[in-house]
Amino acid sequence: MEQLLRDLSPQVLAVLVRRGTPFAAAEDALQEALLQAWSRWPETGEPDNPRAWLITVASRRLVDSTRSEVSRRRREDLVALEPEPGPTEQNDDTLRLLFLCCHESLSPPSAVALTLRAVGGLTTQQIATAFMVPESTMAQRISRAKKSLTGVRFGAPGDLALVLRVLYLIFNEGHRGSVDLVAEAIRLTRLLVRPSRSEPEVLGLLALMLLHDARRPARYLANGSLVPLDHQDRSRWNTARIEEGVLALQTALAADRLGEYQAQAAIAALHDDAATPEETDWPQILSWYDELLAIHDTPAAALSRAVAVGEVDGPQAGLASLSAVEPRLPAWHHRLHAVRGHLLERSGDKEGAATAYARAATQATNIAERDHLTRQAARLQAPPTTTPP
Amino acid sequence: MAKYLLLKHYGHGPERMPSHVPMTEWAPEDVDAHIAFQIQLADELRESGEFVDAQAIGPEVSYARFGGTGQAPVVTDGPYPESGELVAGWFLVDVESRERAVEIAARASSAPAKDGKPLFEWIEVRQILEMDPPSADA
Repeated sequence: MEQLLRDLSPQVLAVLVRRGTPFAAAEDALQEALLQAWSRWPETGEPDNPRAWLITVASRRLVDSTRSEVSRRRREDLVALEPEPGPTEQNDDTLRLLFLCCHESLSPPSAVALTLRAVGGLTTQQIATAFMVPESTMAQRISRAKKSLTGVRFGAPGDLALVLRVLYLIFNEGHRGSVDLVAEAIRLTRLLVRPSRSEPEVLGLLALMLLHDARRPARYLANGSLVPLDHQDRSRWNTARIEEGVLALQTALAADRLGEYQAQAAIAALHDDAATPEETDWPQILSWYDELLAIHDTPAAALSRAVAVGEVDGPQAGLASLSAVEPRLPAWHHRLHAVRGHLLERSGDKEGAATAYARAATQATNIAERDHLTRQAARLQAPPTTTPP
Repeated sequence: MAKYLLLKHYGHGPERMPSHVPMTEWAPEDVDAHIAFQIQLADELRESGEFVDAQAIGPEVSYARFGGTGQAPVVTDGPYPESGELVAGWFLVDVESRERAVEIAARASSAPAKDGKPLFEWIEVRQILEMDPPSADA
């Protein structure tokens, strides 16, 4: 029942908003309808048409909250006149809602919160838990986001790039306690996939998510420590996820309209394709980084490219490539020093590597990476074990 | 989004503040205005959806440490750190950028002080570490 209600929520919300109900009022009415469903359905059983049931209850609630008799009659007429839309239209409604929640007038954090609430159907409390803020703060963030959308026409052409960026942000939030934002991001991205006419970047993003999520079982040890890619137990990777990701990527690439998500997914696929770290096809990865930088030149991508250069042309070439990126990165960027440590260690400069890892550890913005970098520095600084006579 | 801890100190930060006058020596209405400002700032942060926590902590300091296996903890009430190094309280905010955290810190520092003049106190800005790296990072 929970899944059903979560699937239906955005559809019902979309119908209400499409009829001209302000976003905030529509959301309130939907919540009321969901509450009633929760309390009644277990006794009465699920109605034959749960979607229509929710729309009727939510509409009644809207009517109740409107004093004007005229507008009440007008709404009731509309309810009566409106034909039951087919499955495609229901999906279209959900998509229009998604585009609305990722509207350009919203800051990324607002769009993330509103999307999870309105399209994802998560409760405000769940979203607050995931982002570790008080529920009242998250409620306020969502409420402000809704207000910012006042006057934006429902169904107006949206910007797909903004939607994809919001979904990718949600994906990167990961797993927060009881809330799995990775699964949520993948589920929402799937909504955008159409059997025949998907935008290649939609499939590219889906592939990117699946190909990274496939490694999740090997990414952390039981004690929570982070395992870098070249030390992961690859037998624990999720092969079904990899297969689906590769298929999505191939379909995307066949359209011959390359984008940043496809290029990143291609890199992820090459890593996933290697049975051992030594079998990694670094020359191909390097050429994909060149493609990626040609599309979207970011310091983060250039930094990752330096790692690939180090694998293909040796650590000295990697370090030279790194020096070229350095001026573009903020001084506190820990990944710069992490990559430098890696390349210095490969070049045989243990001391320099330890210093770089230690510096990276002080600048890390998350605990798992900080601890990993600390262990790297400690490993290189440990006195050489004396061989017993 | 990232969380930042904005730490308030009793007095100076990176430099001494010779003009610093303890609150106990302000006029009562200046004290009231200062406290009202703190409440107002917390409300503003709630309104903007950035509030996580705000606390004030007392200046009394005890130190405690492990006393050794089977031994009682070692506790001492001194020596006291210089008053300016003491943390007086904090705002914990969840914001879009470091720039925004700095902006809030500057606003906190503008709190009315003696004779209604801005306090100009230094606010220490520290980022809270996330638990995990992004899901796609390699």
